[in-house]
Amino acid sequence: MTQTVQPGSAVVHTANLSLEFSTDDGPVHALSNINLDIAPGEFISLIGPSGCGKTTLLRVIADLETHTGGEIQVNGVSPREARESRAYGYVFQAPALYPWRTVRRNVMLPLEIMGVSRPEREARCAQYLDLVNLGGFENKYPWQLSGGMQQRVSIARALSVEPELLLMDEPFGALDEITRDHLNQQLLELWRKTGKTVVFVTHSIPEAVFLSSRVVVMSPRPGQVIDDISCNLPGERTLDIRETPEFLEIAHRVREGLKAGHSYDDD
Amino acid sequence: MTMINRLVHQGTFLPVLTVVASLIVIWYAGAVYLNSTQLIDRYQKKGVDWDISRLAQDAWKMERPVLPAPHQVGVELKKTVIDKRVTSKRSLVYHAGITLSSSLLGFALGTLLGIALAIGIVYVTTLDRSLMPWIIASQTVPILALAPMIIVVLGSIGITGLFPKSVISMYLCFFPVVVGMVKGLRSPEPILIDQMRTYSASPTQIFFKLRLPASIPFLFASLKVAIALSVVGAIVAELPTGGQGGLGARLLTGSYYGQITMIWSALIVASVVSALLVTAVGRLERIALRKLNGGQAVAV
Repeated sequence: MTQTVQPGSAVVHTANLSLEFSTDDGPVHALSNINLDIAPGEFISLIGPSGCGKTTLLRVIADLETHTGGEIQVNGVSPREARESRAYGYVFQAPALYPWRTVRRNVMLPLEIMGVSRPEREARCAQYLDLVNLGGFENKYPWQLSGGMQQRVSIARALSVEPELLLMDEPFGALDEITRDHLNQQLLELWRKTGKTVVFVTHSIPEAVFLSSRVVVMSPRPGQVIDDISCNLPGERTLDIRETPEFLEIAHRVREGLKAGHSYDDD
Repeated sequence: MTMINRLVHQGTFLPVLTVVASLIVIWYAGAVYLNSTQLIDRYQKKGVDWDISRLAQDAWKMERPVLPAPHQVGVELKKTVIDKRVTSKRSLVYHAGITLSSSLLGFALGTLLGIALAIGIVYVTTLDRSLMPWIIASQTVPILALAPMIIVVLGSIGITGLFPKSVISMYLCFFPVVVGMVKGLRSPEPILIDQMRTYSASPTQIFFKLRLPASIPFLFASLKVAIALSVVGAIVAELPTGGQGGLGARLLTGSYYGQITMIWSALIVASVVSALLVTAVGRLERIALRKLNGGQAVAV
């Protein structure tokens, strides 16, 4: 079921990608022989237990870590060049907002850094805050917002850069289930509207299956891809889809994949 | 009035009053005890009959007491702070002004030096390894031994007056600022630094948009220590310069002439100056931290 992507057109292309950390207890294989091609417009979830390297893989794509073997290209160039050309937006696990900046100035931070003109900054800020349903909160400070709203601000901030690629590292991991469901729906809507490529790290099976056009299952020691599943769920979907046989079938396959990776073993 | 209301309301008024009252009682008792040897000697020479109440009365109005009573210091303070014109060389306000100006200049120089060193230490690995031991060593040299040399050396190259004294304040001030600022500039969480990297931000942008604002709470904690040290430095610097003025010179004159009351009033003025400065920095801190937290009240 692995999707084939035309070489050269891939947003992310890796071949035998590996990453070894050297620690006091000897080398740790964080990533081992990852072969992955991500096509434009895909919503890919990387799922796996802690320590399977899913976040590390995302960080290698973002040039926050450097791989030690194999090759990787982002938009046809090295991750470093891609980062320097501001090819992606990155949403971290925590909102990472600046307490001394208002919501508006938080969203404008990357734009200030990139030297975007003031009127353009204002326009984009308004546009993307609207997109995450936070219009009217421009002058609030982070502490005045709930955790879910803060994370939406951080999504708006990543989008304001207008990247074609959105990298998201467990962005809803710290939120309660109800908020998380709500944000999942919003994110899906956003993806359908903007057609961006999204690489989404999670350890929640329902979240991965609900959101993604493709789920990549990873297992630890060494971090590797053990399954790559296409989800052909209808484009327009609500949370109710999680009760349907198609959804459950895919979720089952993800779970089987995780089991095969011994990720339910006691450590 | 509102201040007193607030103090009473917050329940700090009574405790503070109790502490002040007990200190004054202890002070009066101490004055009797410390001055008694001298007085009893005198009684015995003159063959005077004495009891404890006479001893206390005499102890509290001695010309040259070992420990003057609080009201004696009060009288001296009124004489030198309120009665004298501010321009008079006998006015403690005049002397406090001299000390204040060299402390403030030293504080400003020390803060700038401290921030500059901290930036160097945080950004240049070699400086991190090489500078810190020297900075710590600098504070192990007794300032009392160093102060006269700095005054003499700077004097011999023609620099006199306010500046040499400020150098000594600066010497004490920069240390807490370096320590606090190094910690502060390194305080942003890794996630925020990573985020800046995803924006391909330049080191200058990371400094001004992230590291510097994040260091402000640490800076203010250091500044409160530094401002008090700057007054100590200025007073120590005034000791070897003798007659030129300042609270330090006043302390020295007092001890030359055995004017213990004069020393005590200079000490009290010095501590009032320090307290006012520390309070002022505290106020600024509150305003700055409030702004830094997006208008949310912060416990300092």
